[in-house]
Amino acid sequence: MTGQKEKEPLFSTKILRLLMTPINKGNPITVLVLGVCSSLAVTAKMKPAMVMAISVIVVTGFASFIISLLRNTIPNRIRIIVQLVVVAALVILVDQVLRAYAYEVSKQLSVFVGLIITNCIIMGRIEAFALGNKPWPSFVDGIGNGIGYGLILILVAFFRELLGSGTLFGYQVIPENWYIAQGGFYENNGLMILPPMALIMVGVIIWVQRSFNKQLIEK
Amino acid sequence: MKFLRDILDKVKPAFEKDGKLKMFHATFEAFESFLFVPNSTTKKGVHVRDANDLKHVMTVVIVALLPTLLFGMWNVGYQHALATGGAAAFGEMLWFGFLKVLPLIVVSYVVGLGIEFIAAQLRGHEVNEGFLVTGMLIPLIMPVDCPLWIVGLATAFAVIIGKEVFGGTGMNIFNPALLARAFVFFAYPSQISGTKVWVSGLGSGEGVIDGFSGATPLAYAGAGEFSQIPSFSDLFFGFIPGSIGETSTLAILLGAAILIYTGIGSWKVMLACTAGAVGTGLLCNAVAVNAYMELPVYYHLVLGGFAFGAVFMATDPVSGAQTEAGKWIYGFLIGVLAIVIRVFNPGYPEGMMLAILFMNAFAPLIDYYIVGANIKRRLKRAKLSKEEKK
Repeated sequence: MTGQKEKEPLFSTKILRLLMTPINKGNPITVLVLGVCSSLAVTAKMKPAMVMAISVIVVTGFASFIISLLRNTIPNRIRIIVQLVVVAALVILVDQVLRAYAYEVSKQLSVFVGLIITNCIIMGRIEAFALGNKPWPSFVDGIGNGIGYGLILILVAFFRELLGSGTLFGYQVIPENWYIAQGGFYENNGLMILPPMALIMVGVIIWVQRSFNKQLIEK
Repeated sequence: MKFLRDILDKVKPAFEKDGKLKMFHATFEAFESFLFVPNSTTKKGVHVRDANDLKHVMTVVIVALLPTLLFGMWNVGYQHALATGGAAAFGEMLWFGFLKVLPLIVVSYVVGLGIEFIAAQLRGHEVNEGFLVTGMLIPLIMPVDCPLWIVGLATAFAVIIGKEVFGGTGMNIFNPALLARAFVFFAYPSQISGTKVWVSGLGSGEGVIDGFSGATPLAYAGAGEFSQIPSFSDLFFGFIPGSIGETSTLAILLGAAILIYTGIGSWKVMLACTAGAVGTGLLCNAVAVNAYMELPVYYHLVLGGFAFGAVFMATDPVSGAQTEAGKWIYGFLIGVLAIVIRVFNPGYPEGMMLAILFMNAFAPLIDYYIVGANIKRRLKRAKLSKEEKK
């Protein structure tokens, strides 16, 4: 590889594959089963889920990028602590930005922004990919995994908010006069708001995905 | 009968391997074996262990459920008559209850069996009788005025998430009927708790006489208002508001007698469950730091869903413990937990459902250790006899 002079185009098929794989075949939540805890905690409503997804995309992308830049200078023995420092710095940045520009959502997400540090997806991608690859592919890989995570988050939050609160992004979607209190027949599903339902939702998504994608089924 | 057989024989080839409707083989097979005894015989070695098959077991449980169902129907009419102040004849009350309960049963069966047929079709299984009992249990543990779409949704949830996901009948971890109730309990709490839902017609408030409260005796017990609890005989015979099938301990005991006589329900589980409840109740009486703890023990056995749960839910052979020693532990802990939840948790007046579901999750663990202990004991014995030979 060192002798190669030819420059790879910025968006070669290889790079695109790095971006697309985590969205379906290598999805961090449904296939690798990483980062499940936060997906259960922040998906009761669309808005926090969206903000959380964007935060994680930013952190995974830049953490992979920075670690990849430093990969030849980090002593192998202390690499975990170096990775933690980088990730923690990025998370603090994201947290401060959220507090400044989206205070309400930041309060809703509370501790879960800080806990992005412990999100297994980030450390997993750094260890498995960024330490052995150039900065640009690492960055794309990080972004791709963040998007894969975010998509599942938003999908789960969509159903949980629609069925659990009758709203989407806080707007009433189910007509008011459907509700029993207004003389209708409908009632919000209280179970959807509770965390167990998020777990069941993720399970159902995994089920649906595997029935479409037979090669994901373990023998 | 000949006429039915002729029709079936006529259409049968279409559903066979090369027929044009072979994709519906499972559906056809289900109808055929429902109508007639199949004449196919086992080709490989036979393993006859018991003449009981799934269909027989399910039918017996349905028969055992009939007393509670009939009493439940009558009680729906009786409670409604009490609430509206109009006295009604026995037949009228039964008819009123029948009309109220029948839609629940129909919805439960249509939704549940529909999903079972689709699942069997997709997997290429044969449709089996697993849902027959579940479909009857679900209406019996619902409040009478529960909206039908909620019953349907709960049934769908229980069958898909509780059963089909794990591989269908016989593979489920939790009791599907209880799962349906738990679903309603957490998803639509206003439809299954409070004082308005247990007596038909109370929700709309039309024609209800002043001062009539639809609160269940269990709710009074939870609130510490013991003077409001009906007499023990009323509780035992079941002249009280509550879920359709759970009120009459007498009818449930009839069912229990059928289950025990035919050997289908485990008397060990029932007895252990009662023992657990009585033990915990006595312990509560001895300490008695709050009002609920002073409730006499025998009331716990006839209040709420305890008897129904112990007889029909805890004895579910699939989700319960399989080993004989395990059944004692499993039943006992259900009884203990049910009373603990009742007495110590002000949020839930009834604890039977959650206790059984909780122990369902632990049943495999109990079995695992019982089997492990048996193996160890036998190994020890084998070693001893070997040493003796030396």
